Amino acid sequence: MNALADTPLVVGGMTLTSRLIVGTGKYATYADMARCLAASGTDCVTVAVRRERLVNSAGENILDHLDPTTYTLLPNTAGCYSADDAVRVAKLGRELLRDLGSAAADWVKLEVLGDKKTLLPDPVGTLEATERLVADGFTVLVYTSDDPVVAIRLKQLGAASVMPAGSPIGSGQGILNANALKICLEYLKDGDPDYPVIVDAGVGTASDVAEAMELGVDGVLLNTAIAQARDPLRMAIAMRDACAAGRNAFLAGRIPRRRYATASSPDEGRMV
Amino acid sequence: MSDVPGADAPMIMVNGEAKPLAPLATLMTVLEAAGLAGRPVAIELNGEVVPRGRFAECRLTGGERIEIVTFVGGG
Repeated sequence: MNALADTPLVVGGMTLTSRLIVGTGKYATYADMARCLAASGTDCVTVAVRRERLVNSAGENILDHLDPTTYTLLPNTAGCYSADDAVRVAKLGRELLRDLGSAAADWVKLEVLGDKKTLLPDPVGTLEATERLVADGFTVLVYTSDDPVVAIRLKQLGAASVMPAGSPIGSGQGILNANALKICLEYLKDGDPDYPVIVDAGVGTASDVAEAMELGVDGVLLNTAIAQARDPLRMAIAMRDACAAGRNAFLAGRIPRRRYATASSPDEGRMV
Repeated sequence: MSDVPGADAPMIMVNGEAKPLAPLATLMTVLEAAGLAGRPVAIELNGEVVPRGRFAECRLTGGERIEIVTFVGGG
């Protein structure tokens, strides 16, 4: 029997082999990005949708460094502050994926932001955009806060995955409210243990990923923690290892926390 | 006919910039003029996504708002 047997992460009918989803932003170069993605072991990466340059359009495109047959591309709606904007961007992302012949062209990482300083989600806009995109046939992986009420409403609207933030985007603070995340997991997986819950945002270092996986989340989405580490390649490897460690610890079943000690060596046979 | 676009020369908005509209322009000619014909881009015309297969037949007459987008790095 394989001691490390696990079921794969399945989101919206798509099977991913890694439980890390990695962003492609903020790397020094596209070549660095490509190396880090490979080292992380991910098979799903997020991309943003932006205006193409009209001058000097002989420059590189990110797709020159990302093989859409190796990675599932997940377009985001980053920078959108209204449901209307997010729906527009999602549709353009879908069109780009269709042109690439992607098997998961209707995937979108939905973000509807509410505030520029904190990049916290606008729950009202997020709920509205989720409903509209689901109705238009999208597979919606939705960025949200760790509020369990909003989380369960997003699932009820048909989100394929609810993705609570650990802490503000790019802040590196890790899981700020593990209690709220545990409640989210309980509500989202009630009667539906395989419903994918992915922590998205705020990861700072490897232990944050391990912590999230130990809580029982199905995956972690991160970008800045790798891209802006001092040694991004090494951090990508650390994240890969942490994800596996946290997942195995979760599946292994940890010991409870006790107030007092329980000795590891037997009392019987002591000569003293 | 003047060579210089006059005050009533047809204009289109492309990625937020006003541009003069060439005669018999289509979305494909706009892409070609920008050197983007072979690039992985998607187009939104007046708020609606236009599939690639319709670029060449989509005529422009002036006043259209066009967004030409692509994938870039992001989280």
